[in-house]
Amino acid sequence: MSEEEDLFVPEYPISASEDEEDSDVERKHQRLLDAISSLDGKKRRKLAERTEASLQVSEFGISSEGAGDKISLSDLIEPIQKSNSFSTVKKQLNNLNQKKSVELPLSKEETQRIQRAAAYQEASEEVEKWDHIVKQNRKADQLVFPLNQEILKPTPIEEKITGWTARTPLEQEIFSILQKNKQPLTDPLLTPVEEASLKAMSLEEAKLRRAELQKARALQSYYEAKARREKKIKSKKFHKVLNRSKQKETLKEFEELKKTNPEAALEELQKLEKARMEERMSLKHQNSGKWAKSKAIMAKYDDDARKAMQEQLQKNKELTRKIEVVSESEGSEEEEIIPDFVNDAQVNLEGPNPWMTGKLSSETKDVAQDVDCKMQSDTEEDNNIKATEKDSDPEEELSEDEVLLKEFEDKRCERREQAKEMCLDSEPGHPSVLDQEKVEAEADETGEEQVSEFNQLFQKLLEQNKSQKKERKKKSGGKTNEPVTEAEEIAVEGPLLVGRLERKQDLEEVSALAGEEWEDEQSTSLMVSTKDDQTKKVSQSGKKKVAKKSEIIDYNKILPVKATRIHTPLLPTTVDDEEDEEQLDDQKMIIKEAFAGDDVVNDFLKEKRSAEQAGKPKDISLVLPGWGEWGGTNLKVSKKKKRKFIIKAPPAPPRKDQRLPNVIINEKRNVMAAAHQVNQLPFPFNNRQHFESSIRAPVGSTWNTQKAFQKLTAPRVVTKQGHIIEPITQDVFQKHTSTKKPAVELNSRKKQGNDSFHKSTSKRKKMSS
Amino acid sequence: MGESKMAAVKKAKNKVKRYYEEQDEHQTPGGNVDGTDNQTESPKDVPQLPTEQKSRRKRVKGDLKKSGSNFISGAKDPFPGSVSVPENRLLKYERARKSKLGRKYSPYVQHHLKTQENDVQTALGQAARHDILLPEEEGFLEGDEGQDTCTITQEDIAEMVDITSASKHFNLNLNQFGPYRINYARNGRHLLLAGQRGHLASLEWQSKKLICEMNVMETVNDVKWLHTHTMYAAAQRRWLYIYDSQGVELHCIKKFNDVLRMEFLPYHFLLATCSSTGFLQYLDVSVGKEIAATCVKSGRLNVMCQNPNNAVIHLGHHNGTVSLWSPSMKEPLVKMLCHRGAVRALSVDKTGMYMASSGLDRKLTIFDMRTYRPLTSCLLPLGAGSLCHSQKGLLAAGTGDIVQVYKDTSVSPPRSPYMCLQVKGPIHGLQFCPFEDILGIGHGGGFTSMIVPGAGEANFDAMECNPYETKKQRQEWEVKALLEKIQPELITLDPTQLGEVDAITMEQKHKEKVERLGFDPHEKTPFVPRHKLKGRSSSANLLKRKKKVAHEEQREQIRKSIKVKEKQKEQKKSREGIRSPAEQSALDRFKK
Repeated sequence: MSEEEDLFVPEYPISASEDEEDSDVERKHQRLLDAISSLDGKKRRKLAERTEASLQVSEFGISSEGAGDKISLSDLIEPIQKSNSFSTVKKQLNNLNQKKSVELPLSKEETQRIQRAAAYQEASEEVEKWDHIVKQNRKADQLVFPLNQEILKPTPIEEKITGWTARTPLEQEIFSILQKNKQPLTDPLLTPVEEASLKAMSLEEAKLRRAELQKARALQSYYEAKARREKKIKSKKFHKVLNRSKQKETLKEFEELKKTNPEAALEELQKLEKARMEERMSLKHQNSGKWAKSKAIMAKYDDDARKAMQEQLQKNKELTRKIEVVSESEGSEEEEIIPDFVNDAQVNLEGPNPWMTGKLSSETKDVAQDVDCKMQSDTEEDNNIKATEKDSDPEEELSEDEVLLKEFEDKRCERREQAKEMCLDSEPGHPSVLDQEKVEAEADETGEEQVSEFNQLFQKLLEQNKSQKKERKKKSGGKTNEPVTEAEEIAVEGPLLVGRLERKQDLEEVSALAGEEWEDEQSTSLMVSTKDDQTKKVSQSGKKKVAKKSEIIDYNKILPVKATRIHTPLLPTTVDDEEDEEQLDDQKMIIKEAFAGDDVVNDFLKEKRSAEQAGKPKDISLVLPGWGEWGGTNLKVSKKKKRKFIIKAPPAPPRKDQRLPNVIINEKRNVMAAAHQVNQLPFPFNNRQHFESSIRAPVGSTWNTQKAFQKLTAPRVVTKQGHIIEPITQDVFQKHTSTKKPAVELNSRKKQGNDSFHKSTSKRKKMSS
Repeated sequence: MGESKMAAVKKAKNKVKRYYEEQDEHQTPGGNVDGTDNQTESPKDVPQLPTEQKSRRKRVKGDLKKSGSNFISGAKDPFPGSVSVPENRLLKYERARKSKLGRKYSPYVQHHLKTQENDVQTALGQAARHDILLPEEEGFLEGDEGQDTCTITQEDIAEMVDITSASKHFNLNLNQFGPYRINYARNGRHLLLAGQRGHLASLEWQSKKLICEMNVMETVNDVKWLHTHTMYAAAQRRWLYIYDSQGVELHCIKKFNDVLRMEFLPYHFLLATCSSTGFLQYLDVSVGKEIAATCVKSGRLNVMCQNPNNAVIHLGHHNGTVSLWSPSMKEPLVKMLCHRGAVRALSVDKTGMYMASSGLDRKLTIFDMRTYRPLTSCLLPLGAGSLCHSQKGLLAAGTGDIVQVYKDTSVSPPRSPYMCLQVKGPIHGLQFCPFEDILGIGHGGGFTSMIVPGAGEANFDAMECNPYETKKQRQEWEVKALLEKIQPELITLDPTQLGEVDAITMEQKHKEKVERLGFDPHEKTPFVPRHKLKGRSSSANLLKRKKKVAHEEQREQIRKSIKVKEKQKEQKKSREGIRSPAEQSALDRFKK
């Protein structure tokens, strides 16, 4: 045996005959190897076993111990298997080999644990059955013991009626009449006649009806198929034509409706209005879509694209145009309204405030007139357009489009002309304006420009205004060297858009209002104010706080309510001639003299201030004189020290009477009352408000109706006297299940209904898609 | 594919009803009977079997149960349930401190609180429904066109009304014992007269039956009924005396000296007095003890009234201030400057919301006692020397020898009085008779009973104070009232304060508890984010996760406030109305 082999088979049984030294060396070697192999950390170092001589195999005995040295049955059988005899023994041995050994019985603790788990499972299942009942009983407003009482209920009349027979002659007579007329006797739901009518439907009728239904169904399917087919068609022209024809039809129908059924027509109108609203909300026919943008790019080069775009714009216009219900009175009103608001701005600019317009009034007039003219022309144009549109309505589809295009071009031409005129009108020294005009003209020519009509108008107006302003400035600068005030500028600029400011109240008006005040009030307030002055003078020794306070609180506001004078038919006898003013004045003087000494208001304010001061939390001073400083009399503590050792109190919460100058509200707590209050939230509540809300309503009979009182004060548990309260039994389950069943049925029925509903809705969705 | 499928489904659904099916349905009693029933009965084809009848009846019953109606005919109530009470009538009975229930409670508690709230609401609804039982309505004088109601004389009214009402207008000529103070008992049956020169008389004024009359041979400053008409208190020159209905002196209370005015607080059994020495004293008449004596420190107190809503005493002072007092506080609850001159008279209306005060500056000012702000003010010739509110809110003011009654003073300053009456001497005492349209006037020439339509409460609560009570009822009421007596400490500005939790003490207790235990048992455990692996529990990540759940309460509030704001915006919009673009113009933006 080589040494290497020995290394790899570490526990090779070593014969005892080998000498001690050799084995010792080997063991050492082994340990070394182990140490090395354990170094790389992957293999755990095996604990070195201590081998003793007796354990080792020797020639004289076999020991069953030792790693991997167990003798298995197969080892024993091996020699037998080679020979064919011993078949019976082999079988037996095989059997033995297959049989597993019986496991050890579990320990007592473990068996008990398992038993306990099983028992718990069983018990909890048993208890769970009661959960529902326990819950219900806990939730119940009132429990009446014993629990399983039969509740007495009035039996319904119908049950009574069935068992009832007519006995007296009167009753019999009535019944006979009822029977004769086939009125219901026992079950008063349906009379026999009604039932018969319900039943009566002959076979022919049924067939007829069936045929009708079939026809209707077929028709419906045809229409649906047609609609589907048409919907699939991708040609835009086709759809356009279709839509137009539909529109026409609807228009016709609408006209008819107008004549025949104005209400329905109104509804239709409302629908149109709604469509208009939707259109206004959406960007469907604006030039913002993907398609529109692409077309806008193409429009430069492609005539068709341009047309398409214009069409779309036209459509948008049509859809967003307000539908007017033409009635004479309304029409006239509108006519009145429009010119008014168009012209108002200029008119207002004119007359009433000549100072604002100054010397330049005549020129502004001219400009205004110009603008006016333009506006009017524009409105005229609009009217024309409308008229033409209305005219063109009944025309054919294609021609309609052409007409529209023509109109657009015409309008553009007109506008161009106007612009040129304006250019001529305005002074010829404004290249920028001219340039813009030119650019615009070019744009028009090329058809690039897609700005809407209104935008153009607006822009022009702005430009015009600018130019006017410039003119003004120049002129004013040239003629008079007066500095132009801003106000003037503003007044001059924007003859169209700047509305005149209106003064709502004059100073005079205010003073007139004040004049209405009662004389007395004024005099007293004067009195107070003079006094104020005096006091201020006195107290101006540098107390800023006081000054501030007095600023905040207006003395006149402390007793602010104006007194109205009352006219009475009767006057107290002693003051019959009080009305004489001299006497009044005399009295006033007397009163003044009488109350000369006391200034009620000031006193009150002082009191309030002191109350406020008293209510404030005070700073805590921890300054010790003489520490870190010189001590002695007449020495002041340094500021630094004060700052360091005075603990500032938190700011006081805002007082309730903060905004009431004439009121002092005591902020102190009423301890006596607080002793009666609840100061700990009772059990289930975790919020103050909830608890307060729960006790807010009194339960006594003084504040409640009898019924409410009884309900509010009903005891939670009621026991019947003389009855044994037995523990709850399993009968309760039956009761509950029996009461439950119909609910379940109802639910299932509802579910079915819901299902069908869902199906129908889903179908509808599909249809719509 | 999809379409064809859909069509198939549709076909299955839209199955046309066959005639035999319909017939079948008619034969079977219930349309909603199961299919099994249908099968068993259709082959028999026997009309009107008794079993069928039964089953139909069953269905009927079921229907009845479902619809909740009890009509035999099977008709349904088109408006099931009881009629709802209008909101404003419910509001009348709603109590303060209503709050919504949070979701913080366990299901059981939640359920209980909910049912409780429901009970309260139903009780409220029932109370509101019982308003029907108050059939009487007050009515006021209405003049013809151009006629002022104050020009209508008492004689005119007395002529027009029924005899019993006419008999309520009368004059007592008592010109010997000087100006009279008066007091009506709480149920309005009995009247006390106290002449300044010692004349005391109690009478059942409606039947003009004199109960007792005497002269105490001293000046009498004021007189007041106690809780029933069996006892009354008289403030005489030096001390306070208590007499019974026969005029027998029961007590002479020497602790209460120089009393000028008195008020009786019926629910607390307290007699509040104010004296010329500047003391405000409370006497518990149920036990005969002085409850509190406060030095008001503002001189002679001769103006006093009570707020019937919260039993706070109002005192008027010479420096134009009015102070509010409760026996449990040594300082005034509220002090307000009402007049530039001294306060001459005060009165608080039944609801406790409005206070009328008149001063030497001849002004009559109405104050809102909820905000302590003046509402209206008017100048009376000579100023009002005595004021009184009626149960329905009319205000009577005695100016010199003229009584003026005003209506709706809290709404707008009156232009002219509702009614007017001149009496024979300077007015000293004024009081509206409870539950009657009568104003009693005590003056220098005796006593005048004036008819003021619409002054009194038309519906009385017989359990509370019954004008027609018998002796037995009165005795029972007395016992009950004594049992329900409210402790004087509970007189506070806010009468519902008892229903409030004492938050300060609660917090204090909680603090102490926290100190004792070393931790806050009610505190929420802070959110600790779950530990995650693979670097997802980095400190930044943890912070992020914490931030996600931080300030959840505040967030909830903010969300709510945003919602409310949006709603307000919408409402505003809808109020303003959306103008059509045709009406709008570019110039509109400059409109102001």
